[in-house]
Amino acid sequence: MRNELFSVLRRSPFSLKKVRGGFVRLGGAMACLMLVAFVLPNAAQAFSDEELRNIAERLDTKSSTQKITVIEEMAADGDPRVAPILKAMLEGDLFVRDSDEHVVIGRKKGKVYTHIDIVSGEEVGESSSKELSKIKVNNRLRGALRDALATLNLFSPDLNIRTNAVEQIMDARDPTMLPLLLRAIEREDDETLLARMELARATMALAAGENPAERLAAIDVLSSETTPQIRAVLSQFVASAEAEGIEPEVLAAAKDALNDVEGRLSTWQTVGDVYRGISLGSVLLLAAVGLAITFGVMGVINMAHGEMIMIGAYTTFVVQQILSSVLPSGSPWSLIIAVPAAFLVAGMIGVVIERCVIRFLYGRPLETLLATWGVSLVLQQATRTIFGATNQQVTAPDFMSGAIEFSTGLVLTYNRLWIILFSLIVVAGIACVLRYTAFGLQMRAVTQNRRMAGSVGIRTGYVDALTFGLGSGIAGIAGVALSQISNVSPNLGQTYIIDSFMVVVFGGVGNLWGTVLGAFSLGIVNKFLEPFAGAVLAKIFVLIALILFIQKRPKGLFALKGRAVEA
Amino acid sequence: MTDYSQKYKMTPVVGWLLQDRGGMILLAILIAASILIPICSLLLPQSSAFHVPTWMVSLLGKYLCYALLALSVDLIWGFCGILSLGHGAFFALGGYAMGMYLMRQIGDRGVYGNPDLPDFMVFLNWTELPWYWYGFDMFWFAIVMAMFVPGLLAFVFGFLAFRSRVTGVYLSIITQAMTYALLLAFFRNDMGFGGNNGLTDFKDLLGYSLQSDGTRAGLFVASCVFLGLCYIVARGITQSRLGKVLIAIRDAESRVRFTGYRVEYYKLFVFTVSAVMAGIAGALYVPQVGIINPGEFAPALSIEIVIWVAVGGRGTLYGAVLGAFIVNYAKTFFTGVMPDFWLFFLGGLFIAVTLFLPKGVIGAVPAFGSANGQSFLSGVRKRLNAGGKA
Amino acid sequence: MNKKLQALMGAGAMALSVMTMSAAQAADTIKVGVLHSLSGTMAISETTLKDTVLMLVDDLNKNGGLLGKQVEAVVVDPASDWPLFAEKARELIEKDQVDVVFGCWTSVSRKSVLPVFEELNSMLFYPVQYEGEESSRNVFYTGAAPNQQAIPAVDYLMSEDGGGAERIVLLGTDYVYPRTTNKILRSYLNDKGIADADIMENYTPFGHSDWQSIVADVKAFASAGKKTAVVSTINGDANVPFYKELANQGIKAEDIPVVAFSVGEEELAGIDTAPLVGHLAAWNYFQSVEADANTAFIDKWHAFIGDDARVTNDPMEATYIGFNMWKQAVEQAGTTDVDAVRQAMYGQEVANLTGGTAVMNTNHHLSKPVLIGEVQDDGQFDVVWETDGTVVGDAWSDFLPESAKLTADWTYPWVCGNCEKPMY
Repeated sequence: MRNELFSVLRRSPFSLKKVRGGFVRLGGAMACLMLVAFVLPNAAQAFSDEELRNIAERLDTKSSTQKITVIEEMAADGDPRVAPILKAMLEGDLFVRDSDEHVVIGRKKGKVYTHIDIVSGEEVGESSSKELSKIKVNNRLRGALRDALATLNLFSPDLNIRTNAVEQIMDARDPTMLPLLLRAIEREDDETLLARMELARATMALAAGENPAERLAAIDVLSSETTPQIRAVLSQFVASAEAEGIEPEVLAAAKDALNDVEGRLSTWQTVGDVYRGISLGSVLLLAAVGLAITFGVMGVINMAHGEMIMIGAYTTFVVQQILSSVLPSGSPWSLIIAVPAAFLVAGMIGVVIERCVIRFLYGRPLETLLATWGVSLVLQQATRTIFGATNQQVTAPDFMSGAIEFSTGLVLTYNRLWIILFSLIVVAGIACVLRYTAFGLQMRAVTQNRRMAGSVGIRTGYVDALTFGLGSGIAGIAGVALSQISNVSPNLGQTYIIDSFMVVVFGGVGNLWGTVLGAFSLGIVNKFLEPFAGAVLAKIFVLIALILFIQKRPKGLFALKGRAVEA
Repeated sequence: MTDYSQKYKMTPVVGWLLQDRGGMILLAILIAASILIPICSLLLPQSSAFHVPTWMVSLLGKYLCYALLALSVDLIWGFCGILSLGHGAFFALGGYAMGMYLMRQIGDRGVYGNPDLPDFMVFLNWTELPWYWYGFDMFWFAIVMAMFVPGLLAFVFGFLAFRSRVTGVYLSIITQAMTYALLLAFFRNDMGFGGNNGLTDFKDLLGYSLQSDGTRAGLFVASCVFLGLCYIVARGITQSRLGKVLIAIRDAESRVRFTGYRVEYYKLFVFTVSAVMAGIAGALYVPQVGIINPGEFAPALSIEIVIWVAVGGRGTLYGAVLGAFIVNYAKTFFTGVMPDFWLFFLGGLFIAVTLFLPKGVIGAVPAFGSANGQSFLSGVRKRLNAGGKA
Repeated sequence: MNKKLQALMGAGAMALSVMTMSAAQAADTIKVGVLHSLSGTMAISETTLKDTVLMLVDDLNKNGGLLGKQVEAVVVDPASDWPLFAEKARELIEKDQVDVVFGCWTSVSRKSVLPVFEELNSMLFYPVQYEGEESSRNVFYTGAAPNQQAIPAVDYLMSEDGGGAERIVLLGTDYVYPRTTNKILRSYLNDKGIADADIMENYTPFGHSDWQSIVADVKAFASAGKKTAVVSTINGDANVPFYKELANQGIKAEDIPVVAFSVGEEELAGIDTAPLVGHLAAWNYFQSVEADANTAFIDKWHAFIGDDARVTNDPMEATYIGFNMWKQAVEQAGTTDVDAVRQAMYGQEVANLTGGTAVMNTNHHLSKPVLIGEVQDDGQFDVVWETDGTVVGDAWSDFLPESAKLTADWTYPWVCGNCEKPMY
């Protein structure tokens, strides 16, 4: 054990340079050295209260370099009281109290900060923000703090904290942490975590390994995994090995491993493209599905469709504002309540528009374009007058923040996953309404043959109003979802209107399944083109493809057939 | 109501023009304006009550270009039922052709003093002029291109679309896709058309400074003349035998096809002519406003053009001209007078016109209400009612 | 039969003559034109600046006006429509006879009105950071030039405190400001020893809303082992979805910091910033800077707009500096005559809201301090770095070969915005 440690130390300047470029963090190395030498595995209180207070007060300096020295000193002795202090500092909650120049942790409660003593962890008063000056952190300090916390947490009794610490160490790829890691491996008894630790060790051992056997072993461990970090480790190793010369069999093994990893990663890349395409498709679908009803089913060239989406998004904002005093900010309820609210608000506005404007225009589809364009201008300006021209903030509930991250580099963000799911639920809902309800039957009857429907006793005007209301309401629901990924501004609708029309026309006017398939295929094609062509060209290509596609199928993907269509 | 159809064969151009009341008034106004406005602007002293300030001349010139654009849309929409939501593309292409000429005319007076390359190319480290900029230092070439490029695009696009019998909203949406694709393409700096900033900072046209009042008046007169000429051409087309077929296509495309006409050729012809007119409008527009940029490709602009036509009165040609003037004047007026609320007025205007003046403003004037518009609208109604589905 | 039409035409003619007559009205107030989009895509940013000018005018009138006259703001809406900008500029100058115009946000709107201002010899104050490469006799640029924003920001990213970035991603909207800025930056980075292989450049259309692939690409690019940072010149609307995607894909500032030049307090107002803490922006002003002038300005703004939650931002400060400089220059010249005011503008000093003074140089650009701020969880920025003194705005970048040759100096003997030799 000791031998291994020293070998690392001897090699460390060289390997440091290789991994970190010009940015050698000798401080880190020193801290780890001290840590290994003095404290492990002891985790008792290494500082006296007074020492801890004094050392923390030294954080009150402008220089980041000095702060880092202090942080490392604090972390080095493995005192369990240090981690909360560093964590508070990382989160920007560590302050110097102006009155007595003591360092305290400040927790914001409403407009006042509660002071928490760093030694005892007890509340020691409160004040406004003016009496506290924050100990500033920047990105360099955040990195150092995270590393320091990781070394402290490596021996935490909590498995989750340990796991995070290992991931952090793996990301940092700082060979000076190797000795620590080795200690941790000895003490670890969780199998899964042990495997991760071995992997982390391999990433460091590759560069630091003494003899070919050690390196080959490291390569072997690495090649079994598929992550972008490992690709980076291997490709760096290959590059430096080629430059400096190394045993040929090690180099060959490294190259093979690199090829393997790259091959597997590119498969994952494709999986990622498909997922992103589906996600884009679901957004297009949500934006377009309301239009599939107002335009596709009713034949109204509804230029105010985008504004209905916008109204949905603003409804979400208003609901959140109203509920913000009652509910905590991460609560899902405001968004859940916003869905029916947006449906009702947008639907009601839709009914009003239908009764006041559109009902006079049936049979003059092109004129609906003009009138609804006018409506859209009025709605945009009304929003601007009421809410102002600037963006409004819609907060994401906790269940929609963050992502599932696969080690392969694939990231599935929760908000997108929920939106995919949500879009499918909405489409299923509409399909059910159209197919299984009396209203759906009447709606289809009216659109297929208005006069006949009227003569069998359907109140066609009433059905028209409700149909338009349904389409608008669904656009409103889409607004709730889009508020999670987009601007909530008066221009929101304009962003989606053109795409929505493209989707509906591509899928075939009047066919819900066409819209679904149209949205997803446009989304996926776009995302597959993007890596090659860039975002701008990809979009141009999709538009050209759409134009050419319409030449082939002049009525879209799923054309309605029959004589009624010809009119 | 006069039945022109009985006479179109034997009457020469003057004959049917004389019977086109609205057209006569329009042409008379254009002639009067092209004489009076330059006089009022150039010769009268500033203190005179009849002096027309320069900004007014440019503004009117800009309206005339919009009017020509509206005319070109009315020709295809009002008389052939092709609702193009991408006509801004042809307008902008014509504008770009003229802009390229004006750019080359700057010569070494640009900020970097490069005699060949426009400023934005120098600035992006381009070393030589791209091939598609060749020839644009010649005025005649630019003018030809201002008509040829939009015409060619319309021809190719129309050939594909009409041959495949893409009609109705499908056609409208793909024209929109076309202008949207061009918008994105022209935004790209790599295209070599100045990206988002477009072409600007023009100095002179045929050696005359664009900033002088004389040139402005000249451009105004040119706009009047071209609007007048294009009006006569458009009226000529609609009055001809070919025009009758177009109207028939508009009212019942399948029946015309079954009668043995090659519908697609008729459509293609009128679509191309219309695109060329839009290109001319663009070419006249650019020197008067002093900038051309991809914003002109925006689908919203193309929709707005259709609205001008609808406001004025579809299917009348002079209605389109009137509509362009009304909407754009309203825009100028309200954006100055009530900058915070003008969209309410504009939006309200569009709604009101569609609801209360289905034949446009011109339709509200009894003398014109019963003209060509009538047959068209009743035709549409019949067609739609017969089909039962919109 | 034709009477109705005649009546219609007559009405049109009357309207025209009314427009003409109002132009001839004599001015007993000093008129200030405000040329900011209040509708369309740019309204989201520009409306605030219109309100800022109105507030400044209001304030000036309360304090006795200018040269003993009241100041009147003439507001028009160019509606994010670039040719309309030129039309409205001409209308303001010729018809409303304003003495000065505050306006424009996008470069294209400035380019569109530029010939109008030059022809009519009027004066425009342009308050937004831009790509440089311009110096017009009739425009004063009070926003940052690239050397007052981009270069210090990259310096910071490469410094030890900024994380020592060795690999840079340049993300931008595809238009002239990002293209030029990135061109300047690439040349600067190459000078600093960063190879082209370590620079990734990517452009997206305006209003781009689907950032999944690009953020994933950035992650992949950053996984190569070298410290990576992102320089964002993403414009306007596209920022909100970009930052939302960044937050959701879990890109932390300490791993891949993003420094933005177009994201200020106003843009952040639409985003939950808790996951974005530590990402950066480079500006000449931040609302969070503690200075008496700034506190007074913020209080005034909140009182004027009637909403304590509204933020202030850098273009507002630029408007404030421009307006006050113009006021001082008018007082010094004793007239609003454009030529006299222009001469008085040179060397004019106005206290920055964040401390120090801004000085108008003879190239029509300001000397201002550069601040780099980190996003905080309350939507504000915390200044982590600032220049020692002020930085002189460069009209012509030193890092582009064609432009390095040029000098802008509107005083004798140069009297030129883009010359290699003095005119006299």
